[in-house]
Amino acid sequence: MKNQHHILSLNRAILIIGGIALLAVIALPIWRIELDAAQYPEGLELLIYSYKLEGEVDIINGLNHYIGMKTLRADDFIEFTLLPYLIGIYGLAFILVGISARRKLLNILFGAFLLFGVISMVDFWRWLYEYGHDLNPSAPIKVPGMAYQPPLIGFKQLLNFGAFSIPAIGGWIFIACGILLAYCVYAEWRMVKYRTS
Amino acid sequence: MKLKPKEGLLWMLAAAAVSLSFSACKPKGAGSAVSGNAAQRTYIPPGQYDEFYTFTSGGFSGQMSVYGLPSGRLFRVIPVFSVDPEKAWGFSEETKPMLETSHGFVPWDDLHHIESSFTDGMPDGKWMFANSNNTPRLARIDLQTFRTAEIIEIPNTGGNHCSPFTTENSEYVIAATRFSVPPDGPGGDVPISSYKENFKGHISFVSVDKETGEFNIAFQLKTPGLNFDLSSAGKGVSNGWLFISCYNSEQAHTLQEVNASQNDKDFIMAINWKKAEEYFKAGKGVKQAVRYAHNKYDEHTHTATSQIKTEVTVLDITDFDDLAYLIPCPKSPHGADVNPTGEYIVGSGKLAALIPVFSFEKLQNAIANKEFEGERYGGVPVVKYESALHGEVQKPGLGPLHTEFDEKGNAYTSFFVSSEVVKWNVKTLEVLDRQPTYYSVGHLMVAGGNSKKPYGKYLVAYNKITKDRFLPTGPELCHSAQLFDISGDKMELLLDFPTIGEPHYAQSLPADILKDKSLKIYDINANAHPHKTNGEAEARIEREGNIVRVYMTTIRSHLTPDVIEGIRMGDEVYFHVTNIEQDWDMPHGFAIKGAKNAELLIMPGETQTIKWEPDRVGIFPFYCTDFCSALHQEMSGYVRVSPKGSNVAMTSYTGNK
Repeated sequence: MKNQHHILSLNRAILIIGGIALLAVIALPIWRIELDAAQYPEGLELLIYSYKLEGEVDIINGLNHYIGMKTLRADDFIEFTLLPYLIGIYGLAFILVGISARRKLLNILFGAFLLFGVISMVDFWRWLYEYGHDLNPSAPIKVPGMAYQPPLIGFKQLLNFGAFSIPAIGGWIFIACGILLAYCVYAEWRMVKYRTS
Repeated sequence: MKLKPKEGLLWMLAAAAVSLSFSACKPKGAGSAVSGNAAQRTYIPPGQYDEFYTFTSGGFSGQMSVYGLPSGRLFRVIPVFSVDPEKAWGFSEETKPMLETSHGFVPWDDLHHIESSFTDGMPDGKWMFANSNNTPRLARIDLQTFRTAEIIEIPNTGGNHCSPFTTENSEYVIAATRFSVPPDGPGGDVPISSYKENFKGHISFVSVDKETGEFNIAFQLKTPGLNFDLSSAGKGVSNGWLFISCYNSEQAHTLQEVNASQNDKDFIMAINWKKAEEYFKAGKGVKQAVRYAHNKYDEHTHTATSQIKTEVTVLDITDFDDLAYLIPCPKSPHGADVNPTGEYIVGSGKLAALIPVFSFEKLQNAIANKEFEGERYGGVPVVKYESALHGEVQKPGLGPLHTEFDEKGNAYTSFFVSSEVVKWNVKTLEVLDRQPTYYSVGHLMVAGGNSKKPYGKYLVAYNKITKDRFLPTGPELCHSAQLFDISGDKMELLLDFPTIGEPHYAQSLPADILKDKSLKIYDINANAHPHKTNGEAEARIEREGNIVRVYMTTIRSHLTPDVIEGIRMGDEVYFHVTNIEQDWDMPHGFAIKGAKNAELLIMPGETQTIKWEPDRVGIFPFYCTDFCSALHQEMSGYVRVSPKGSNVAMTSYTGNK
């Protein structure tokens, strides 16, 4: 029966809207790291986009040289080339799954999106680790045992700077898409279960 | 008679009571003049902002200082007419041209008055104008950078005291001579005793470009020899007119103290400046060859230029019947102040026992009906005193100098001799309150008191004599400012605070007009300095003959280059230092041993240059003078100076070569 393989109209709508929102994420900041110190009451902000770094990157780099952290340069991140395409592909996939309305594709998309999310966060954590630990041995300021890895999410004190890391608008959209996708999968599973029982 | 012990005690008590009551007759000093919660009303908690910026003239310091009100805290001293080695003003190659005049480089002047730029009679927060009294000039201070952006010299003028008062939309800034002199040029070689024939007053109308603020001496009005003291432009109903106090109507050339104080009345000159502008535009003026400097600071090249200009257009007011009129005013008037509506003009005769208030409407009627004195003064029609008079404030005090206004129809006049501020009603001329000042107030300022809608609330009295008000500091004492709350019926003294130099006038602007547009850094990408260093990779030294240019950068916490060799005796070394920081409040300094000029303080994104001529062979350290970072003490370097003709290679680097 054809209908049994098709998903509900509400879920289709969620998928299509989610897909459009994901496409928008390409142009929006995904993650935000805020730095506060006594001398920076106004705070310093680092915004991570899918394809670039924004915010007070130069000032942060200027400060980081004291502890020997590598200079943050967009060119050093292969992710900035790949991410816009990957997010674009996922956005289109959301829309296509919504249009095709096939439950099987929905489940595959969910799995793939979850994988994408996990890999992205692991990758992000890896970069934070690397920048926080790979310090120039001739840096002016060396604190034994001190690493400067910002938190993946949440707050951490790094010498005189408090670092606060949270998703930015794009990141929240991304998370919301994941949750909505999970909801669709769950709603469809419930419906199939109900029908077959 | 033998006194019993009891009677003796009574007599002693009586004697003590008598002596106590005698000393009680003596007026009380200043001790009890402050009300209970004054501290609360001037206290700005740490980290919070004042309600007003107050720009205060520095008088003989030549600078302008910026305070907060009501706290009286000093924020900044802006160098204007005097050199300031701290900020390299007049010492760096970039700022030297700002102090050029037709006399050459002038390192000091007497910054007298200041006035805001106005739009529709209200401070617009674009610029502050200032005048120098000694070598006559006008300055424009930019209120985004809090720096002097332009200085123009005023020809045909001897002591630019009556300045920099501006018209309702700052179409013009006025500069009028305090000391009449013969017009500039070789014709000025005349006996000083020939004042009456040869000495002339000049009133300059300096136009202000609405966008850029740039000055241009549009035209000058030539007048009979008089001392112009102060002025106010008309506003509202009197917009288009200018009122100038004139003393020495006796035309004395010596011992003015006595000889210029003989006439019962001097004048307020009323000038129809719109008419003057019309005549000027119709080509009625005469072009005169003069020499004056026009200095501009370019924010993009971070460099000033000085240009000598050679011509000015002069209109002789005696050639026209409807340009200027004299109103008799008792006696040696100082302030000529126009109230917020523009209808009333207050003349403060320094030696007068009353304050005359003139009516603009009556003045217009008197002019229309030709209610003039029988005799002109030096060719200028004199309006009959009574015809222009609104009324007189009787027994206001002694030695009135200046008048400011609040938003409720009241005037506040300073009295130097009786050392007080007197509040009176402009319409009824009734004295409402008087409060002592400590001591001998000169100028006073009500927040917005010279605008169409005064902000009111605060009045600051600027006192010429301080004596015992602060801890003594030897014979030389600061001048003091006294803050009064004028929001109630009676003025209340809130605070004394010391000032820099001798403040003649001030301007208070609500903080909200200025604080958000205050510049934080200069954009390094917009820096068009010809000797900018574009990043550390371009830091270098270059030699052309005996001129060596060091292209240096500063960023926390190193100077690039910090090792410089190949300098020889006889070289002229220019350190062009670019601060490549783009972070707020991150200036770097530069100083080198033996420099005979000053340090540099370079703001983020800026390039500044100091010239250095080594006077001996050896190693010369240089360093950052502004504690910039935890490793500021490490921010230093060395220059090696070798004998003339040495073949030490030109080398420069920082870190590994």
